[in-house]
Amino acid sequence: MRPQISERYLPEKDSQACGLFGVMNTAGERFGGEMAINAMANMKVRGNGLGGGFAIYGLYPEFRDYYALHIMFERHQPGAKEMVDEFLADHFHVVYDEVIPTNKKATVLNPPVVWRYFVSPRRHPEEGNNLSDDEFVVEKVMHINTRIDGAYVFSSGKDMGVFKGVGFPEEIADYFMLDRLYKGYIWTAHSRFPTNTPGWWGGAHPFSILDWTVVHNGELSSYGTNRRYLEMFGYYCTLYTDTEVMAYAVDLLMRRQGLPIEVVSGIFAAPMWDIIEHMEPERRELYKTLRMSYAPLLMNGPFTVIVAHHNEMFGLTDRIRLRPITAAAAGDFVFLSSEEASIRAVAPRLDLAWTPPGGEPVVARLHTKDYLASLTRAV
Amino acid sequence: MAVSCARYGLREMFLGGVRSLEELRSRLSIEGQEAEIDARDLVHKEINDLIREAALSGARRITLLNVCGQRYIGTRLFLPQQDGKIEIHVYSTPGNDLGAFLAGHRIVVHGNAQDGVGNTMDDGEIVVHGRAGDIVAMAMRGGRIFIRDSVGYRAAIHMKEYTGKVPVLVIGGTAQDFFGEYMAGGIVILLGLNLKPGERHHAHYIGTGMHGGVIYLRGEVAPYQLGREVGVLELDDKDRRLLHRYVGEFARHFNLNAESILDDRFVKLMPVSKRPYGRVYAY
Repeated sequence: MRPQISERYLPEKDSQACGLFGVMNTAGERFGGEMAINAMANMKVRGNGLGGGFAIYGLYPEFRDYYALHIMFERHQPGAKEMVDEFLADHFHVVYDEVIPTNKKATVLNPPVVWRYFVSPRRHPEEGNNLSDDEFVVEKVMHINTRIDGAYVFSSGKDMGVFKGVGFPEEIADYFMLDRLYKGYIWTAHSRFPTNTPGWWGGAHPFSILDWTVVHNGELSSYGTNRRYLEMFGYYCTLYTDTEVMAYAVDLLMRRQGLPIEVVSGIFAAPMWDIIEHMEPERRELYKTLRMSYAPLLMNGPFTVIVAHHNEMFGLTDRIRLRPITAAAAGDFVFLSSEEASIRAVAPRLDLAWTPPGGEPVVARLHTKDYLASLTRAV
Repeated sequence: MAVSCARYGLREMFLGGVRSLEELRSRLSIEGQEAEIDARDLVHKEINDLIREAALSGARRITLLNVCGQRYIGTRLFLPQQDGKIEIHVYSTPGNDLGAFLAGHRIVVHGNAQDGVGNTMDDGEIVVHGRAGDIVAMAMRGGRIFIRDSVGYRAAIHMKEYTGKVPVLVIGGTAQDFFGEYMAGGIVILLGLNLKPGERHHAHYIGTGMHGGVIYLRGEVAPYQLGREVGVLELDDKDRRLLHRYVGEFARHFNLNAESILDDRFVKLMPVSKRPYGRVYAY
């Protein structure tokens, strides 16, 4: 029997911090990857080359009505692609598919094959029509991730996509030629410094389900509790890293249950009880109710996340801000980053730069100035 | 297998591609005691190598241009054989741990600073013409830091003092939570100049775990915003002399009127115990 070759890289234990960056044009204008890539290069010391990735929204306008599946196939599982192709043909109308073009000269280690498919659901009569299209896609993504060895879905939303892998973010960008080939109105990016879980292509950020993406700095020590709770709703964690639960939790709370981030932040980063006690009666009732109803989705431990989906990008830290965040605005652009300097490196003229308290989200929404709400108690 | 892959996969993000002084010398210009360094796209070790080279060549006032996120600026300048301290002007956005272990020199930032300003600073002065991020003055043990605007979480965390060495931190704006956390010594002054009339400071858990030093606070806080380890006291004459001195210095740095700042009411926060957790872990 051939020995298994590991595609996971275990770093020596070291304490550092990942780098996060997000930029959105609130007027919906699409722009290239230059800002996101250069901002990540500016924060190079926040990562160690074991993971980098980007999420782009407004990516495939010509296929905007179809789910865009980015699927990674590990090279030591040559049968995986065939199995996925059969599975997709069985459950979807695949209108177009191709290998995602890559730069053969880029310096990345041991890349898998990454393929994109544009699909719409094809229901079998016996499946009935109970599931919405989104639920149908979630179920099929979970099937691929849990049942087909060597295949992992990077992203599965409409008009968006995730590109990620093992390397510094600028190397991943170079490998997928992001600066040359793509435009979008939101770009989020991540530079990884894995401490507790291995570095591998599927484990790089962003994590995604449907069109939700999460980039994360920190560690969710509540992972076990969160994961068990999410399994009750059909979300299965397969990617060997804590951030995955955050992606499924935002899908559950925001898409399925329709809660806005202003409420969800009170679940993920619930205020301390002694702070809740000193709130106005109405707010006190709200936060008490949230803590009691959604205790298993409290995200404990240090974190900063940048979450995006169509029309919206937001940043959130844990309630005692054990990881940094800076927000900034310049014209129609809203920025979120681990460091102010990385924003100034790509947008020297800012109208505003600020940092809200822990647990308070900065929300950038299309055609609004909702981000200004986070200025009230910011420094 | 995993280990050899790890060696291959893990790269040096701090020192990879660092250039030698010879390659970088064109970035440095020295005229008498004045030096200028173009920091564009340099990594932090390269900047600090150039600062050290300038200092050893006799420069006493060093201007850094195009700084954008490079860390540890001003560290590694312990120069006991040299006379006179160095003044470093930073344009515009230094990275984390500005002035870490600072050995008596002066740093002026013309812009905002990030996290960890004056981390374990030994002596000297840091003046920031803007805001600063989290953990300002962490474990600081001497010297003075003046921040014009507000600061983030955990400013003055575990600041300390020993015999004659008493660090001082003055903040013009307000602070976020855990202000003065685990403070063991030193003097911290929070002025709240950017708060509206009647607006309280926003920080919660002020002085949590504090067991030494003193915080002077201008503006209002509610008792529940304070940690359990601090008590609120009125000022005496010694306190007023001390405030007069350091608020005066602050006002001179930023062209403000010290008298009108000092006219308002200050309160003094002091720890109620030198060993707040002495009984918690003893058994």
